[in-house]
Amino acid sequence: MVDATHQGAESTGHGDGQTRREFLYLAAGAIGAVGSAGVAWTLVDSMNPATDTLALSTIDVNLAPIVEGMGIVTMWQGKPVFVRHRTAQEITEAQSVKLSELTDPATDESRVKKSPWLVLIGICTHLGCIPLGNKPSDDRGDWGGYRCPCHGSQYDTSGRVRRGPAPLNLAVPPYNFTSDTTVRIG
Amino acid sequence: MAHTKAPSAFKNPLIRWVDDRLPIFTMISKEYGVFPTPRNFNYLWNFGALALVMLVIMIITGVFLAMQYTPNADLAFDSVDRITRDVNGGWLLRTLHSNGSSMFFLVVYIHIFRGMYYGSYKRPRELLWLFGAVIYLLMMATAFLGYTLPWGQMSFWGATVITNFFTALPIVGKAITTWLWGGFAVANPTLNRFFALHYLLPFVIAAVVFLHVWALHVTGSNNPLGIEPKSDKDTLPFHPYYTMKDMFGVSVFLLIYAVIVFYVPDYLGDPDNYVKANPLVTPSSIEPEWYFLPFYAILRSVPNKLLGVILMFGAVVMIFLMPWLDTSKVRSAKFRPWYQWCFWFFVFDSLLLGLVGSQHPEGIWILLGRVGTLYYFGFFLVLLPFLGWFEKTLPLPASIAESVLGGGKLAGSTVAAKPMEKA
Ligand code: HEM
Ligand code: FES
Repeated sequence: MVDATHQGAESTGHGDGQTRREFLYLAAGAIGAVGSAGVAWTLVDSMNPATDTLALSTIDVNLAPIVEGMGIVTMWQGKPVFVRHRTAQEITEAQSVKLSELTDPATDESRVKKSPWLVLIGICTHLGCIPLGNKPSDDRGDWGGYRCPCHGSQYDTSGRVRRGPAPLNLAVPPYNFTSDTTVRIG
Repeated sequence: MAHTKAPSAFKNPLIRWVDDRLPIFTMISKEYGVFPTPRNFNYLWNFGALALVMLVIMIITGVFLAMQYTPNADLAFDSVDRITRDVNGGWLLRTLHSNGSSMFFLVVYIHIFRGMYYGSYKRPRELLWLFGAVIYLLMMATAFLGYTLPWGQMSFWGATVITNFFTALPIVGKAITTWLWGGFAVANPTLNRFFALHYLLPFVIAAVVFLHVWALHVTGSNNPLGIEPKSDKDTLPFHPYYTMKDMFGVSVFLLIYAVIVFYVPDYLGDPDNYVKANPLVTPSSIEPEWYFLPFYAILRSVPNKLLGVILMFGAVVMIFLMPWLDTSKVRSAKFRPWYQWCFWFFVFDSLLLGLVGSQHPEGIWILLGRVGTLYYFGFFLVLLPFLGWFEKTLPLPASIAESVLGGGKLAGSTVAAKPMEKA
């Protein structure tokens, strides 16, 4: 009895007040949740790279001035890119390594498009420093490629990691040769 | 209002008028005037007040620096140079702020070690301790963000190395790092958001400090004996006893701070940060500010990237877990002969790790880093839980008053620890 009067007083008079209220309550809650999630995502996503940052630019590198044994650094998408003119000995070394000796196994052929050019993203795969080794006078480490000054990772003449803490090989950016002496990165 | 509460006892009519409508003066008087405080504090109990002073100094100098600073990758370095050379008193604002960060950490580290020694993290002060740990975490984030703002070589490469921690996460690592940067490397969008967050976080810290102090005023302060006050004899009103003691401590502290600011303002800085950021050249050695060195040493002591990052964050998590890792019921290390040794060795270990973090990871330093890391985690995960089981603690005094006022009769009056005397 008490229940009935109580419900009667609260309902709209159609006897279905309880379910209607529940429905409205859930619907409002759901819309509120979806709305908040939408706003939250907008805020979070605003921090992702903006369109102008994303605009994939390409750069052309002239290979003519890069003498054998030397490498240069250019900038692509805010990242340093290494282009290295390897010596015959460096190429033989890179090709003769057994894959089982590598932390992140990859053949030299799979990392190079056209001999003698080695094109790499010059960011240490440990915590992002720029390895040394483009200049022949740099300390290139025990494998003659690159050595990271930050925590001592070493890479070979194919940019493959040979001593940690870096877990991965130096990345290879997308590139192609537009002529014999020009490479387009991106 | 008049129905629920008697008019306040303040004589000044203006104060009374306000207090009847918002009892803020009653609150101040209750929490900072008559607030019963253990009578046996030593000077280590000054460091909370010192930390608050530092937070206020950082916010004030920071707001005025922000009026002159330009958060743009092309302009930031020169704008900071301009602050030190051309802005009236800018050199002072800047050294106060950059050395203030070091002083703030120094104070907070002593404050944390104080808590560890006297068992201030134990029941019923666990939440108080957690708020403190959150403040410490926020401080680390704030200081890291602030250090990138001058956009020198160390700013840039420090930011690069630290944000790259997140690339260690499987699958989502790369996406998170790109999101943090707002691009594909640390660059202008990164500097912009770091400035916004560096401005914001200190106010979040202030809010958590409020919760920290609120929790403190619910449980009351711990004290060097680690036993609860039981009668009026054990406590003193906060004012004037501890307001004076804190003010004395603050004066001495400010004197030391001033000596650093005026005589050796660059001692703690890194010369590389006077070279403008160059995204194409990494400095020959990257070293964080001294207050991060122990964590940096832990990171580098493991040759595996993911594990190094996990251990480094884990080292901070240990502090959060302390209340539940320590199984001993006795708070103060004064009555814990074993823990006392472990504690001092932990302090030594932290300093050792700091030294290791400042050296090139070669030769003996690698070994020392590993041993130091082992003890760091061993202290929290092995010693804290197990000491509580087998350590024979010394008898606790019956009361604070008896211990500090008892004089000659002290020896005979100590009693064996009763459960209620323990944490
Ligand atoms: C928890 C408090 C704070 C800490 C630990 C902190 C830490 C730092 C650090 C370490 C630096 C780099 C100093 C240098 O090398 O020159 C810095 C710079 C800066 N901070 Fe803060 N800060 C705090 C609060 C604030 C606040 C509240 C503001 C602004 C409202 C602010 C604004 C700035 C500005 C504009 C700079 C760049 C100028 C400079 O480098 O001197 N800071 N901060
Ligand atoms: S960033 Fe290269 S070894 Fe750590």
